[in-house]
Amino acid sequence: MKKSQNASLMDVLFKNVTRSFAFLVFILLAAIMVSLIYGSRESIAAYGFSFLWTNDWDPVRNSYGALVPIVGTLLSSFIALLVAVPVSFGIAMFLTELSPTWLRRPLGTAIEMLAAIPSIIYGMWGLFVFVPIFQQYIQPYVIQAFAGVPVLGDIFSGPPFGIGVFTAGLILSIMVIPFITAVMRDVFELVPPMLKESAYGLGGTTWEVVWKVVLPYTKHGVIGGIMLGLGRALGETMAVTFVIGNAFNLPSSIFAPSNSIASALANEFNEAGGMQKSALLELGLILFLITTVVLALSKVLLLRLSRNEGTSR
Amino acid sequence: MFNNSDSIVNLSNPVYRRRQRANRLMLGLSGATLLFGLFWLFWIILTLVIKGGGALSLSLLTHSTPPPGGTGGLLNAILGSIMMAVVGTLIGTPIGILAGTYLAEYGRRGWLAPATRFLNDVLLSAPSIVIGLFIYAVYVAQVGHYSGWAGAVALAILVIPVVVRATDNMLLLVPNSLREAAAALGCPQWRIITFICYRAAMSGILTGILLAIARISGETAPLLFTALNNQFLSMNMNAPMANLPVVIFQSSKGLAAYWKITTGRCWASTSPHALYSASKQTPGRHGRPAGNRP
Repeated sequence: MKKSQNASLMDVLFKNVTRSFAFLVFILLAAIMVSLIYGSRESIAAYGFSFLWTNDWDPVRNSYGALVPIVGTLLSSFIALLVAVPVSFGIAMFLTELSPTWLRRPLGTAIEMLAAIPSIIYGMWGLFVFVPIFQQYIQPYVIQAFAGVPVLGDIFSGPPFGIGVFTAGLILSIMVIPFITAVMRDVFELVPPMLKESAYGLGGTTWEVVWKVVLPYTKHGVIGGIMLGLGRALGETMAVTFVIGNAFNLPSSIFAPSNSIASALANEFNEAGGMQKSALLELGLILFLITTVVLALSKVLLLRLSRNEGTSR
Repeated sequence: MFNNSDSIVNLSNPVYRRRQRANRLMLGLSGATLLFGLFWLFWIILTLVIKGGGALSLSLLTHSTPPPGGTGGLLNAILGSIMMAVVGTLIGTPIGILAGTYLAEYGRRGWLAPATRFLNDVLLSAPSIVIGLFIYAVYVAQVGHYSGWAGAVALAILVIPVVVRATDNMLLLVPNSLREAAAALGCPQWRIITFICYRAAMSGILTGILLAIARISGETAPLLFTALNNQFLSMNMNAPMANLPVVIFQSSKGLAAYWKITTGRCWASTSPHALYSASKQTPGRHGRPAGNRP
């Protein structure tokens, strides 16, 4: 009798201990929110919502606005997706439809290794290896080539610094490719073989099967995977800090140096005080809110795919 | 053109040829994208090996970071990184395992488990620099100085969501018949979980922990505001502490030495990942690397 009482006591104890730790995840997230809001109260009180669209970052006059870092963050992430999405799609298509079976694992692992390289190495490699080559051998010619063209000429203008929003976006794209590819491969493999075989049976080419059958079937999952990659790109700090230029200017072209939220934090937070610190904490809060919204959207989309599939999660 | 097309499926049918060309073009582009990905990987690894390989020396492991202009090694940074990673893992792992256990074993109904799962994913995808800000606000700013403990706690917060996810996924893969068999023998639930489910899911949970270690060993951003850096060899966790990523970030001199050490780190953090990739094919879809999905 005593033994079974002990057992049920342990049961209750164990359940409640694990439950409290699950609750801790809850509390942790709430604490992050609260502490960021509390830390940025000065700046919130002083600027209100106009903080979001004020183009002004001047520690000397003690006046702050978040427009430049927000634009820089969104623009560099947008460029990253522009490069990474088609590339990831191509890689996922190659690995699921074209590659011989024995090559799939080594090639897949190689692509996943891109995710294993620490971000500071991307930054350092970008600044010391990629930027000089890009600046000397590629950028001048691109600027020249588009010089006369109406819209593109403005997008690709400016002196060839090497560093800038475009370089940051390109390095970000290399960093998110493995994440987007992993999700795409997963969802492509979910497509029932029957569906693909039917399309082949009707005489479709491989490309037509992927583009008109596989992709429509998995579109929610693919978009969800892209959002996951976007969340990754938005929050990336070290790689971007090295190559974005850290200038509080609205980028006039995609080769111009600018700033992102995360790299502004990395560069200024330790030396900041008073209102600047508060403004930086508010930047952190904005970044956290953006990535949370992006993640929530991607979750909803991935969930919709698995509902269609009839699986539980 | 039209006079010899007695059948629609004819090699000279223009529609057929156009589709064929589009197919070849797209398959070629698909292969090109793969080469694009591999190109960057090999370029980066080549850089690390060439620039880093030349700087390999014993003093790297026996001396601390040099004063400006001097020579030295990275002993303090290596030790600091290891100590903070170990403490961070020791704090984060038990919390992650227990929370993950609740999700998988007790959370089959009710609202707490799905909600926590979602919030855990939010935490997993939270930019690591925000975690650094959080620890700065609640710990460093209150205590008044940077410290190794703060760095370790920040790393622990990065460990938790990865381990929660791995534990949750792996325990869900344990077949229910195992639990039922044990329950039929009169085993209380806590013993079923600790003695049977944990053992069955052990390798998956371990790889999750390895993945978390790989993640924190490459992290820089959260340490900037918490552990900062230290020019000297220090074992005191309550003082600012040197660590490799921040040393790399703050120094632009003597790069060769840093290249070298980064090479080592790169491989060190790659190997658990590769290990995980190797093990993941057994559990099927759920076994996708937890850290791979932010």
